[in-house]
Amino acid sequence: MNKVQNNRAWFLILPMLLLVAFSAIVPLMTVVNYSVQDVFDANTRFFTGTEWFEVMLNDRALQAALLRQFAFSFTVLAIEVPLGIGIALLMPKRGWQASAVLILITLPLLIPWNVVGSIWQLFTRGDIGLMGVGIRELGYAYNITRNPTDAWATIILMDVWHWTPLIALLCYSGLRAIPDAYYQAARIDRASKWAVFRYIQLPKLTNVLVIGVLLRFMHSFMIYAEPFVLTGGGPGSSTTFLSQTLTTMAIGQRDLGPSAAFSLIYFLIILLVCWVFYTAIMNSQKDNTTQGGA
Amino acid sequence: MTSSVPTTPDSVRRQAAEAAAKRRKRTRSATVRWRRRALLGLYLVFVILPIYWLLNLSFQSNSEILGTFSFWPQSFTLGNYVGIFTDANWYMGYVNSLAYVLINMLISISVALPAAYAFSRFKFIGDKHLFFWLLTNLMAPPAVFLLPYFQLYYSVGLFDTHIAVALAHCLFNIPLAVWILEGFMSSVPKEVDETAYIDGYSFPAFFVKIFLPMIRSGIGVTLFFLFMFSWVELLLSRTLTATNAQPIASIMTRTSTASGIDWGTLAAAGVLTIIPGIVVVYFVRNHIAKGFALGRT
Repeated sequence: MNKVQNNRAWFLILPMLLLVAFSAIVPLMTVVNYSVQDVFDANTRFFTGTEWFEVMLNDRALQAALLRQFAFSFTVLAIEVPLGIGIALLMPKRGWQASAVLILITLPLLIPWNVVGSIWQLFTRGDIGLMGVGIRELGYAYNITRNPTDAWATIILMDVWHWTPLIALLCYSGLRAIPDAYYQAARIDRASKWAVFRYIQLPKLTNVLVIGVLLRFMHSFMIYAEPFVLTGGGPGSSTTFLSQTLTTMAIGQRDLGPSAAFSLIYFLIILLVCWVFYTAIMNSQKDNTTQGGA
Repeated sequence: MTSSVPTTPDSVRRQAAEAAAKRRKRTRSATVRWRRRALLGLYLVFVILPIYWLLNLSFQSNSEILGTFSFWPQSFTLGNYVGIFTDANWYMGYVNSLAYVLINMLISISVALPAAYAFSRFKFIGDKHLFFWLLTNLMAPPAVFLLPYFQLYYSVGLFDTHIAVALAHCLFNIPLAVWILEGFMSSVPKEVDETAYIDGYSFPAFFVKIFLPMIRSGIGVTLFFLFMFSWVELLLSRTLTATNAQPIASIMTRTSTASGIDWGTLAAAGVLTIIPGIVVVYFVRNHIAKGFALGRT
């Protein structure tokens, strides 16, 4: 759509801008302020420059948490994206079944995040949980509070349960937007199912998948409540992710300077990864369209 | 005699029918359809099972939960629910949560509507940068803003009020609302605006009387998302409240006491947090798919 040049549009934006500025810029500036100072109490503080950033970047515990965070985010993306596409292809297209399946699939997204943790805690406990008892009956000593591997697998399973619906719903709406004529043309060409998927459905899904992967990456990178409730970050620190490390530092220990520096690094990493990903996708899309001669 | 000698048209017809049947079988045979249903059913079982287990435990007393392992409540009890609904500490949690969620929805949608209109219709200085900056707020981890929020709201005297949580949730809800609404608004042709102006509508009259009704499914979906993200958030709402505005999510942590965890009440409280979501999703079920694509398909 060709838009009109009109700077009075700023007036329409202004209320939103003031509100977001109040809840985003002011706190962010506070964080920046803390990150370059050493605060003892309300009246005593020293300017430290980039010292806190250096300390944080060299902190072993944080580096480990960062690595775990990346491992977690990429694992869940690698499982959830293909699974979500698959579910979307299987979902019925019309009738009451479509509505019913849609509502059922949306359900996990509407549960408060700490309740998701509680649900999985109840579900996987070795004494009262269906899954916990079930796996033990099969002869495997399943225990998420002792065994790091079990804890990891459970957290990933929980995240797949919780967030695959988002990808599935996005892809479902993308699939619904494909006109029937495309499928008719494919049938005339005797295209195989794989060809239909590869050359008709997948290209049409690119847009929604970009949104889906971005949202999923962001949210998985900020994950806090679910593992906190389910495992408390343990056993040891094997499932302590960045948010939890930061919260412990900022609220629990009141280390203002270091945690502020850590916050900024954390935020910048998310921004950077999202930007790289977004630009990469958009560029490859541009190449495809120029190659196709469109 | 004629029946023993097959005529050409007959055999051709039979061959054609067979080929057609075979083709139909290949494209949409019963086995394929059943396999699809079975796979989808398997996934749905995976989705339902943990929720079913929560429901199951919520109808059992603690002694039954810990004593016997059963797939359905042996001695069905509503005691856990009664306990929640008769204790003001518990049910006020739901009231508090709903209160700040509704306030947040109201604030977010009323400032996001004009902003999204501006982004979808006009070019102005700094529009692209502003839009990107908005989206970066979606990417900001709540943990980053925890401490500053605490101090900010404490210093302006809003700590432990519903409005504090509602304002804090604006951080990610307003950008989200602008993003979704912009998608829906851009799919309305601009000729609509121009025709209305020619007919003598002023901007506010046009916006309220003509434009908003045209995108009402988009507004519905946006409200659904605002509800969803505000309802499920825990970290900010827990940090910004103490007693008066405590959300249900943080009250639930109270179930673990020195004498162990009150599993039954935890399960019942969990079930009650799912219900508002089901109610809301029922209203938007026909538009939700498009809404998840942020109006961009």
